[in-house]
Amino acid sequence: MPKDGGIGASSKRREDIRFLTGAGNYTDDINLRGQAYVFFLRSDIAHGTINNIDTSAAEGMPGVVKVFTAADFAGVGGMPCGWQVTDKHGEVMQEPGHPILATGKVRHVGEPIAAVVAETLAQARDAAEAIDVDITELPAVIDMKDALKADAPKVHDDLKNNLCYDWGFVEENKAAVEEAFQNAAHVTTLELRNNRLVANPMEPRVAVGDFARGTGDHTLYTTSQNPHVIRLLMGAFVLGIPEHKLRVVAPDVGGGFGTKIFHYQEEAFVTFAAKACNRPVKWTSSRTEAFMSDAHGRDHVTTIQLALDADNNFTALRTDTHANMGAYLSTFAPSVPTWLHGTLMAGNYKTPLIYVNVKAVFTNTVPVDAYRGAGRPEATFQLERVIDKAAIELGVDAIELRRQNFITEFPYATPVAVEYDTGDYVATMDKLTEIADLAGFEARRKESEARGKLRGLGVNCYIEACGIAPSNLVGQLGARAGLYESATVRVNATGGLVVMTGSHSHGQGHETAFPQVIAEMIGIDESMIEIVHGDTANTPMGMGTYGSRSIAVGGSAMVRATEKIIAKAKKIASHLLEASESDIELKDGAFSVAGTDKSVAWGDVTLAAYVPHNYPLEDIEPGLEETAFYDPSNFTYPSGAYACEVEVDRDTGQVTIERFSAADDFGNIINPMIVSGQVHGGIAQGIGQALLENCAYDENGQLLSASYMDYAMPRAYDMPFFSVDHSCQTPCTHNPLGVKGCGEAGAIGSPPAVVGAVVDALRSAGKDVTHVNMPLSPSRVWAAMQ
Amino acid sequence: MYNFDFVKPATVDEAVKALADDEAQALGGGQTLIPTLKQRLASPSKLVSLTGIAEMKGVSKQGDAVVIGGGTTHRTVAEEAASAYPGLADLASRIGDPAVRNRGTIGGSLANNDPSACYPAAALGSGATIVTNSREIAADDYFQGMFTTALEEGEIITEVRFPIPQKSAYAKIAQPASRFPLVAVFVAQYGDGVRVAVTGASNNGVFRWSEAEAALSGNFAADALDGLTVASDDMIGDLHGTAAYRSHLVGVMAKRAVAAAS
Repeated sequence: MPKDGGIGASSKRREDIRFLTGAGNYTDDINLRGQAYVFFLRSDIAHGTINNIDTSAAEGMPGVVKVFTAADFAGVGGMPCGWQVTDKHGEVMQEPGHPILATGKVRHVGEPIAAVVAETLAQARDAAEAIDVDITELPAVIDMKDALKADAPKVHDDLKNNLCYDWGFVEENKAAVEEAFQNAAHVTTLELRNNRLVANPMEPRVAVGDFARGTGDHTLYTTSQNPHVIRLLMGAFVLGIPEHKLRVVAPDVGGGFGTKIFHYQEEAFVTFAAKACNRPVKWTSSRTEAFMSDAHGRDHVTTIQLALDADNNFTALRTDTHANMGAYLSTFAPSVPTWLHGTLMAGNYKTPLIYVNVKAVFTNTVPVDAYRGAGRPEATFQLERVIDKAAIELGVDAIELRRQNFITEFPYATPVAVEYDTGDYVATMDKLTEIADLAGFEARRKESEARGKLRGLGVNCYIEACGIAPSNLVGQLGARAGLYESATVRVNATGGLVVMTGSHSHGQGHETAFPQVIAEMIGIDESMIEIVHGDTANTPMGMGTYGSRSIAVGGSAMVRATEKIIAKAKKIASHLLEASESDIELKDGAFSVAGTDKSVAWGDVTLAAYVPHNYPLEDIEPGLEETAFYDPSNFTYPSGAYACEVEVDRDTGQVTIERFSAADDFGNIINPMIVSGQVHGGIAQGIGQALLENCAYDENGQLLSASYMDYAMPRAYDMPFFSVDHSCQTPCTHNPLGVKGCGEAGAIGSPPAVVGAVVDALRSAGKDVTHVNMPLSPSRVWAAMQ
Repeated sequence: MYNFDFVKPATVDEAVKALADDEAQALGGGQTLIPTLKQRLASPSKLVSLTGIAEMKGVSKQGDAVVIGGGTTHRTVAEEAASAYPGLADLASRIGDPAVRNRGTIGGSLANNDPSACYPAAALGSGATIVTNSREIAADDYFQGMFTTALEEGEIITEVRFPIPQKSAYAKIAQPASRFPLVAVFVAQYGDGVRVAVTGASNNGVFRWSEAEAALSGNFAADALDGLTVASDDMIGDLHGTAAYRSHLVGVMAKRAVAAAS
């Protein structure tokens, strides 16, 4: 029976009322008295030396408050990088400076060169056009392999070359992997590209800086997934403002998908400029600016090799990946192709030996960083595609090849340094086989063929790692931040609760799902619980939302804080009931004495905490408020199996998705409806990557796909109805809720299924095709058929 | 956008006078011009809106032609031309999205002559007559290459006359991002022959595929096009499709249009 409330209920998303009726409070809705506007003059060339910037004409333009160039930021720190990778030789990565405004050189189209603050945005823009920038254009490096050639132009003159790092993982395995390939009965090799994407959240980035002259307090309102992280990075490393004088507010945020994790120049700029101009300064990104200033995603070029023995057991895997960093290191960029990618290369399979090599490369392009899945989609894509290719080469069934190599015993220590606590890959594949009606595929293929269409089926698995942790381990791996989460639970006198969490919600539904957990723990109605997030002034230090970590890490912190609340409330109840504390039970919102009919309601206990007339003041303090910080002992490992069926038009190469099924294991589930929605959204983004989205540069570094006229976003009619199932549940063993996280799974699991389905369709027409690079545009699919 | 003056005349004569000023620019539905202005890629001193001119709006059947006012929106054409000229109405119903169709006008589309626009295929494929405030221009003379037409400065398309064919259809494959035609073909069968117009494909804008017209005039069937190809030399090659692919699609879309013609 579906529950009406609490854990496992499909409670309706309470936040949708404001989102869907125009009552949200987004950063662009915030307008402060005396506010001025900034327009950034951005580079229209990819690489060049700045000879001179003449702002004199602009400064005299109507409405101009102040014109800023790099010279105004002398003594101000650059944009920090939050993860330092150590390469295979034990040396730390090359880490270039990252100024707020271009200094000496421009390094990508879209890099801010100057900024005009004016009374209106139009005046700021007019004045920006009057700035005379003298730049000598230099040859741009765009292709990663070209960038590593000895004679390649250097993106950063003060670095040795364009190689950020050359990472080997696990370096100690390398010789054994080589030997396994020598002894393999079969080796399958696949070269592929994981296409560059632009996240394109519906709400573009916005930042409003404010400065209170009377107190010296700074406030930044920004579209962030993690306001505390921005406060720490910007305050400590860029502007030198201590946390107690800097408040960062991320109110309603209209989608993040990773690209709003990072600290951006515009945030530092408006905070700095608000003080310099002594008035609030606002920046709202246009969509065009978003394409050339939001961190991009993916952009890996990989050669992967799979070794098998004579019985088709996987014996070894090795990969050689070039990962594009863009022109500068975005906040967490170095971690994405390394620790978020190499550690997942075992996938769902018991391959005993794995070696991953990643060369991170600087190019004259927008910085690349985490995008929904961040490293894990790249790992899954190459692994699942090479398995498909191996099955083709060996003439065996691709699903059976997977099943044969599944990890079946848990916990399982992979050869890439992580330990999966739980999982059941046979169960999810069995469930997928059922919900996708794989048995009926051949009949559907015949029906498609009767209509002149090619039909194909792609099936693959995925493994994901969420709630990256623990902090002491990630510190050893190069993280310059902790990865805990916090929660303060404040119980009010009349029994309602406010939960102040470091987990930020920008579409995930925390305001609905988090109360379900507490309602279940106390036995009260969800409507008595309110979630507060997104403001460093009223939430405890938290690390924010990304990597599907909110329920696993933030939810666990909330549980721990609520446990403290319940423990204290039991003490109060035992006093009120004149019973031993060990006899007090909490059920359905009332404390009772075991074995008696004596009880006291939740609200009476909370009232006593704040009106402590009859209260054990000598033993416990009044009030009912507790804080917990939770630092997980391991990642969580969601997994699943996905199936895609496509039809391909032989004449045009157009692909339509006819069926898409997903069987996921997310451990325990708080709100099945929200989980399904997360999977739907993830699959939609994965289909977008597989069929449509492509961020492309020309050889001079001009962004060819800089608007929706050329960057193809998925639309509702590109999607089939999804069949999703999350009834396979192997709970996480190391967090109190047994949850694993579900936000990225769809985007990780779906691209290989789509590509596999298209390849299968083409092969059904006798085409000798084993892979087609994404996006599978009609033009590319048609070319693959020729 | 930059500042500009704005006028909204009520008659064609007033509009012509307003457009006589230097740097004045006619504004139809604004589906291309407004985004261009917002990107500051154009800086007219004055916009002359044509949307308030009643005599330039509407769809009527006059003899064996459908006559459409230059200021008529795509949506109105889709609805009001449906019985007289279903192939044309179908084309109009598939331009852009509802917002575009409720604002965009046939005169605006033809005056802009985007190489990937839909209406030029219908006008050229129907042998339409483009009527302006000063003259009548045959479609064969009107389209003069990408974004180039026979219109003089300040000349306004007041109406477009489409001879009604016996059969017609429009087949389109959409560019995945913009949903403009990657390639689209309009086919119309008249008593004196078949016209085939191709949009989205050529660097020279909309064009007639004369070999296909000859073949179809003899036998109006999709397989009459078997073996016919369009040279890829002048085809557009970009992110979304190579010249060879577009050349191939011309044949595919032409066959589909013929098969769908009614």
